[in-house]
Amino acid sequence: MSANAIELRDVHKSFGKTKIINGVSLAIGKGERHAIIGPNGAGKSTLYNLISGRYEVSSGNILLNGEDITGLRPFEINRKGLSRSFQVTNIFHNMSVYENVRCAVLWAAGYRYSFWHRVGGLRDVQQRAEEVMEKIGLARRRNVLAGTLTYAEQRALEIGITIAGGANVILLDEPTAGMSRSETARAIELVRSVTEGRTLIMVEHDMGVVFGLADRISVLVYGEIIASGTQEEIQANTAVQEAYLGAAHKELADA
Amino acid sequence: MRYEPLNLGRWIVWGAMALVFIVVPLAFSGGFALTMLIQMGTLIIFALSYNMLLGQGGMLSFGHAVYSGLGAYLAVHTLNLIGKGAFPFPVTLLPLIGGFAGLLFGVLFGYVTTRRAGTTFALISLGIGEMVFACVLMFPGFFGGEAGVSTNRVVGQPFLGITYGPAIQVYYLVATWCFLSIVAMFALTQTPLGRMANAVRDNPERAEFVGYDTQKVRFLQLVLASFFAGVSGALSCINFEIVSSENVSALRSAGVLMATYIGGVPFFLGPILGAIVFIFFAVALSGFTKAWLLYLGLFFVTVVLYAPGGIVSILLMQIPVLRAGRLRELLWPYALAAGAALIAMVGLIGIVEMVYRLSEQGASTVLNVFGMSFDARTTAPWIGFALILAAGIVALRFASRLVGARWGAIQQDLLARQP
Repeated sequence: MSANAIELRDVHKSFGKTKIINGVSLAIGKGERHAIIGPNGAGKSTLYNLISGRYEVSSGNILLNGEDITGLRPFEINRKGLSRSFQVTNIFHNMSVYENVRCAVLWAAGYRYSFWHRVGGLRDVQQRAEEVMEKIGLARRRNVLAGTLTYAEQRALEIGITIAGGANVILLDEPTAGMSRSETARAIELVRSVTEGRTLIMVEHDMGVVFGLADRISVLVYGEIIASGTQEEIQANTAVQEAYLGAAHKELADA
Repeated sequence: MRYEPLNLGRWIVWGAMALVFIVVPLAFSGGFALTMLIQMGTLIIFALSYNMLLGQGGMLSFGHAVYSGLGAYLAVHTLNLIGKGAFPFPVTLLPLIGGFAGLLFGVLFGYVTTRRAGTTFALISLGIGEMVFACVLMFPGFFGGEAGVSTNRVVGQPFLGITYGPAIQVYYLVATWCFLSIVAMFALTQTPLGRMANAVRDNPERAEFVGYDTQKVRFLQLVLASFFAGVSGALSCINFEIVSSENVSALRSAGVLMATYIGGVPFFLGPILGAIVFIFFAVALSGFTKAWLLYLGLFFVTVVLYAPGGIVSILLMQIPVLRAGRLRELLWPYALAAGAALIAMVGLIGIVEMVYRLSEQGASTVLNVFGMSFDARTTAPWIGFALILAAGIVALRFASRLVGARWGAIQQDLLARQP
């Protein structure tokens, strides 16, 4: 049980000649809330896609709870207890909220590819789906088509689908992107409550969200982690100030 | 969700459906009607099986006849062996042989086709269809070459007077299997696999990230669909007492695609309605005109263009209007549109039939329709039918604009009333 929830060992990823991830090593302990920050194009989303199996690493290893998951397919990684959300909402648009959550519960509940159970009669699945909908505040919208939900509701559903299977490592990709201030505040509370007792890794641009949620922070710049530590350590780190905040200032100046 | 151990509504629907199956041959008892009903039942199973792929799994297959056809071949050889007294087996259960044969080939070919979705799946299914068709002609020993394998369905000892000699007995055999297959395929849509097939169709990536191997979902869905395709193949073998290369042909695969699409891919009921309409074209209309395939094609294109959800979608769209008690406002525009369509069809049919009369060597060029005769070698009927067609098209444009305006107004009112 002493193994880290997630461990990256010298992970590289290049597309053709373009190196996107350049030797990332990172260990995230169980139950930790870890944020990955960095300027645009630093490779944060690529890193997520590598961890969750969407892309294959060029070299290096990725361990989940001490077990090597390098090269496994996304569904295999999911079954081992890692679940992720997407930056661009990725839900089942033509299904109701309830059905969306139910799809995310089925595998974990052990029904796999069953064609002999009547899905409407599975009390355990129903109960779990109800719990999740309650948690994400969409219980009253259960019969609404996911595609017709408001943006903030879709983001909440995205988180709901991600946590419904009961994975113990949760990857959230910009859970508050595009939200208003009040929506963001609610989203932070939601993320905090649904990741209670689990390991959370999040990519986020909003520093308010990062400082409000994360126990530790890693800074990714040009495919390399230049610093890892608590909020205070990161804020005091000169390399971070130069690389990240400098870039951010530059972005502001360019805008 | 409420737990309903006894869903009364569902029992009523299934009961009514069973009743229809029992009563229909009493209402249409003629030999021809019975022939049509038997073929409808067979095609309903086949089209529903096809929609397990296209509608529920998002897999556009151009080779579904492979599974029904190979099921039919296995069934015909089994039937012949029973006839020779090789072993006793009830003909009633022959569709199971067809079903398991279909399933077996589903496992074999599905392993290849379902590795990819989308266009790749469609192309591989086409390739496998052509491959199987070629194999059928290459091995005449088993497949009977061009002529096919013929059989006699009246074999073994009669059971309770059932010999499957008379067509009405074949009808009830088909009806029973059709009913059971409909129930089974509906039940499958309500299982975890059925639901995940929808999920994989809509968003394969998300399905992978909630733990599902999309390839395996597609594979299992195809294997199950192949079983029902095989059942339908065996029934057609019993009905026609012959199985030939046509049973596995691309034509058959295209036919089931058209039937399913015409009925309505997004709905479970779609293929059932589509199969009935298709048999009307292929069996009833083909008795009147050699141009039936052309008419079917035109009808298919019309549906694809103007009602991509099929006939069922058009019917379902009327329900909210009917509920609001406003269908009456649409009756006149609908009648007008129907009348205009009828006029256009008269013109079109006249021209098409005259073309067929002229193109067919040695056939009479005189067309006898509507109690009148026209000679295709004279100009007058061409001008006449062309004018009728033109008038029909103009009237149809006018009528459809009227329907559109009324429909739009009603929809706006209905939307405004929603909370």
